[in-house]
Amino acid sequence: MTKLLQLHDFGAPGGASFDELRKSAAASGCSTKGGAGKTGCGSSAGESDLPPEIWEKVKNHPCYSEQAHHHFARMHVAVAPACNIQCNYCNRKYDCANESRPGVVSEKLTPEQAARKVVAVASTIPQMTVLGIAGPGDALANPAKTFKTFEMVTEAAPDIKLCLSTNGLMLPDYVDQIAAMNVDHVTITINMVDPEVGAKIYPWIFYDHRRITGVEASRILSERQLLGLEMLVARGILVKVNSVMIPGINDEHLVEVNKAVKSRGAFLHNIMPLISEAEHGTAFGLSGQRGPTAQELKALQDACEGEMNMMRHCRQCRADAVGLLGEDRSAEFTTEKVMAMDLEYDLAARQAYQAKVEAERDAIAAAKQREMESLADETASIKIQVAIATKGGGVINEHFGHAHEFQIYEVSTAGAKFVGHRRVDLYCEGGYASDAGIEPILKALNDCTAVLVAKIGLCPKDSLAGAGIEAVETYAFEYIEQSVIAYFKDYLVRVGKSEIRHVARGDADIRQGAFVAV
Amino acid sequence: MAYKIVASQCTGCSACEPQCPNTAIFEKGGTFAIDPAKCSECIGHFDQPQCVAVCPVDDTCVIDNSVPRYRAA
Repeated sequence: MTKLLQLHDFGAPGGASFDELRKSAAASGCSTKGGAGKTGCGSSAGESDLPPEIWEKVKNHPCYSEQAHHHFARMHVAVAPACNIQCNYCNRKYDCANESRPGVVSEKLTPEQAARKVVAVASTIPQMTVLGIAGPGDALANPAKTFKTFEMVTEAAPDIKLCLSTNGLMLPDYVDQIAAMNVDHVTITINMVDPEVGAKIYPWIFYDHRRITGVEASRILSERQLLGLEMLVARGILVKVNSVMIPGINDEHLVEVNKAVKSRGAFLHNIMPLISEAEHGTAFGLSGQRGPTAQELKALQDACEGEMNMMRHCRQCRADAVGLLGEDRSAEFTTEKVMAMDLEYDLAARQAYQAKVEAERDAIAAAKQREMESLADETASIKIQVAIATKGGGVINEHFGHAHEFQIYEVSTAGAKFVGHRRVDLYCEGGYASDAGIEPILKALNDCTAVLVAKIGLCPKDSLAGAGIEAVETYAFEYIEQSVIAYFKDYLVRVGKSEIRHVARGDADIRQGAFVAV
Repeated sequence: MAYKIVASQCTGCSACEPQCPNTAIFEKGGTFAIDPAKCSECIGHFDQPQCVAVCPVDDTCVIDNSVPRYRAA
């Protein structure tokens, strides 16, 4: 019982301010209704929700499509170490806190090494479809290295999509070059549109041969970011906007940012939680600035969701990450290993593999549709969150104790919707429960009613039950969304028969730190 | 005289290298260094020494007291 009380004490739900946010977002024309009935909205936007030419661009891009991230992998090459601004959430003495886990020194690559690495990964992982340049500095503060890498990759691996991330300061100067290189996905990190807010996030920028500080720095940065965004959109390039949610500094302001980027034609908005720990050595980490809780983050994402797609599956990965978003295989592709590999780029094999994935996605969509139809008569107003243990492929195929993360789905009579993920430490290592025990996992899943797994031991199952979370093996190796809906139907039946009582869940913990290989 | 880069502080990010108007900055064993014979402290080029202005780690690009101050010709 003590454990239960602790869990419920931990993190009070978002509060009234987010209801106000939601109302203000709704007033600007956003729908706040979630679920599968909504078209064109939500990160799960599928083929039927998007114009065909857009769908074609995003369908195999794990960062631009929530659906795609179950099946397709991306890689980043760390060719761009220099940066031209300072962010309070980043400590360059180690590495960028949000794009690359601090303390892990990325191997810097030359464009030649990067191109070889891309071919090595593409030959080993046929579902790798996207190459991004995301630092560890700013891609456009290193234009020569960034564009040289793109040029070499296009030559060696023409089917790989190119994308880059930037803080936007130099973006207007390079939009034409970006378009000429066929880079059709660009991510701009925009944390504010009000320089007064910006001054609390950015101590300085380096622009026009000067270090500029204070409100003036953020005024220039914001102008350049929004101009760059408009120029990209005018050229038909898809733009994702990343925003770091910093409670008390820009959390409420991000609704304004959302409106500003939406009105300028951004395709996708990715609001990420601040990563902030003293040991990262960032200004925010040292000042004790906290990150948001899971429910605060979700409330803001829900408030911004309207005609604009919200990304909720971002893993805030490193600038040299390789693999599906929930995994990191970068250790398999160090420069030393890549140089020793015998490489042959087999385009036909890659295409065959991707066609197989396409068929699997169709099957998943059909299964979800069938399950939804059987939910059509239900009218309950209950909404629950369900955690999933998966290794990818859109299937419940991970053992509870082996899960590095859980995917979180919200389900109601409107359907199942991906709303986030929780990174956790392995519970089970070598067959033994870990030292940290199950407590951190219970905190990470505290807002969930159930966890669907391929398998789970009796002991963790009991601990979960003690915290009010049902562990379910019934849907092992079944499709995720179909299973979530099926579980929900069963849940409604049991609530209806008074076998169980529906209880509103509390808030949950977001684990600090980007994903690293284990 | 010239600026120098404190090697123990340098992250090797390379931000300074292309900013130097005198191409005085070069890579040396994973970090960067300044050729004092080429450094003009940016006098006559810019208001601020460029390496100091762009460096992400404070007090990393500093005046090298072992050589006399630069004087514009």
